[in-house]
Amino acid sequence: MSLFAFLGALELGFVYALVALGVFLSFRVLQFPDLTVDGSFPLGAAVAASLIVAGLDPWTSTLAACAAGAAAGLLTAWMTLRLRILNLLASILTMIALYSINLRIMGKPNVALLGESTVLSPLAALGLPGYVLTPIAFGVLVLVLKWLLDRFLGSELGLAMRATGENPRMARANGIATARTTLVGMALSNALVALAGALFAQSQGSADVTMGVGTIVVGLAAVIGGEALLHPRTVALATAACILGSLVYRVLVALALNADFLGLQAQDLNLITAVLVGAALVLPRLGRGRAAA
Amino acid sequence: MIELADIHVTFNSGTPLENPVLRGVDLSIPAGQFITVIGSNGAGKSTLLNVLAGEAAPARGRVTIGGRDVTAQAPHQRAALVARVFQDPLAGTCGALTIEENLALAAARGRRRGLRAALTPGLRARFREALARLGLGLEDRLADRIGLLSGGQRQAVSLLMAALVPSSILLLDEHTAALDPKTAAFVLGLTREIVAEQRLTTLMVTHSMRQALDCGERTIMMHHGRIAFDVAGPERAALDVPDLLALFERSRGERLDEDALLLG
Repeated sequence: MSLFAFLGALELGFVYALVALGVFLSFRVLQFPDLTVDGSFPLGAAVAASLIVAGLDPWTSTLAACAAGAAAGLLTAWMTLRLRILNLLASILTMIALYSINLRIMGKPNVALLGESTVLSPLAALGLPGYVLTPIAFGVLVLVLKWLLDRFLGSELGLAMRATGENPRMARANGIATARTTLVGMALSNALVALAGALFAQSQGSADVTMGVGTIVVGLAAVIGGEALLHPRTVALATAACILGSLVYRVLVALALNADFLGLQAQDLNLITAVLVGAALVLPRLGRGRAAA
Repeated sequence: MIELADIHVTFNSGTPLENPVLRGVDLSIPAGQFITVIGSNGAGKSTLLNVLAGEAAPARGRVTIGGRDVTAQAPHQRAALVARVFQDPLAGTCGALTIEENLALAAARGRRRGLRAALTPGLRARFREALARLGLGLEDRLADRIGLLSGGQRQAVSLLMAALVPSSILLLDEHTAALDPKTAAFVLGLTREIVAEQRLTTLMVTHSMRQALDCGERTIMMHHGRIAFDVAGPERAALDVPDLLALFERSRGERLDEDALLLG
């Protein structure tokens, strides 16, 4: 694998680490299986790209993308809590609805950002090529957000959120408004995913309505793969596992695609993903079985 | 003072499975009183506790705690007033969280939770001191996941958690029933100590008539969704388990007579 391909894998790995942190919040912390992310990832991209093309500055556009993602998460949580629609189904409804909404936002299936100023534009002044600087910038951002998320999950509200997913009856008995913590958690989760979408669009140079397909699988691959690698016992390790899982996943995919003897091509990506997630689910159990024997 | 006035609870109301669980319960509990509740399966003991906690909504009647009408309040809204320990040792704690995190959740019961750190050195010192009284060595294991503890240890911690901040009433729902006899005796002893120390108003459901007479100062028996009898003071002090059974038989007999009169 070339250095260029490796740095590209890291860049994608850091972008999808944000998806992994979002999926970790919904799937692991709140124990809420949330497919909204397949819609909120392209939603973030669509909002950011459309606003940038319309002339808004890229930072405000990216912030607006996060807010749109939060709204999508709130909608799913609201349908589950107030309308009593099964959580998985509610998230599928939001995801499907977002496909149309994303088309409406962009006014067409994709928006190109060629020549537009993005949050990555200031990096050009540093003199190094973009394919080196972008992964570094994303890496720094991901680490800062990880630190903030760790702090949040260690706060009173964050602890209440973890109790909500783990034991809602106990949470309520201790005065936790579980509906509120679920709403906040789902908003936060999808805001992170939309941020990933917004950054992805700006680094790749376009937003596309189909770019969200399989986001949840990639997010889960990172969360589950990271757990298989680190066996996290603390929150800080669990979020580190999400990031590590995302990076390892992207590097493995790049290796598989670059290994000529395997004969794999870009269209085999989803097959590779399925095999990697399956391996991450099964291999730790096989290891334990041998240890017990 | 806690008051239940004419409480009616019906499960599956309006369906063929309609089941009146509480059928007009009146009960007033003076502050500081320790009441034990007995009754056969389906008598409505747990539902009585759930009405106080807000998990079961009465179809009729009023619940007031310290003069405040809480009938329409959800469990989390009245959590500042109500502390509880569940029958299942796994139900009162979060297995994936650490011992100190569980205690921190309980220390904020009934308070607004913000972005402050949930754990501080001050809180840890307080938790260590509270855990030390158990004599189980848990004060040195604050950062261990609580899922690593045995059922009895978890139930003892649940009890500490319930008593960590003041409440108007402590609800104990057969909290020793799932434990082995030795552990059950330990948790019960701890219960009596804590209740006496903090002068907690307590409602304890138990399946053991012996326990019902040995603990607290007043005993009520539930039967078919009503209070069959309510004894306290010297009358209760003179009772033994066989007397309790006789009292139960008699109250049941009287109920039957009443029904017979109505039907006649």
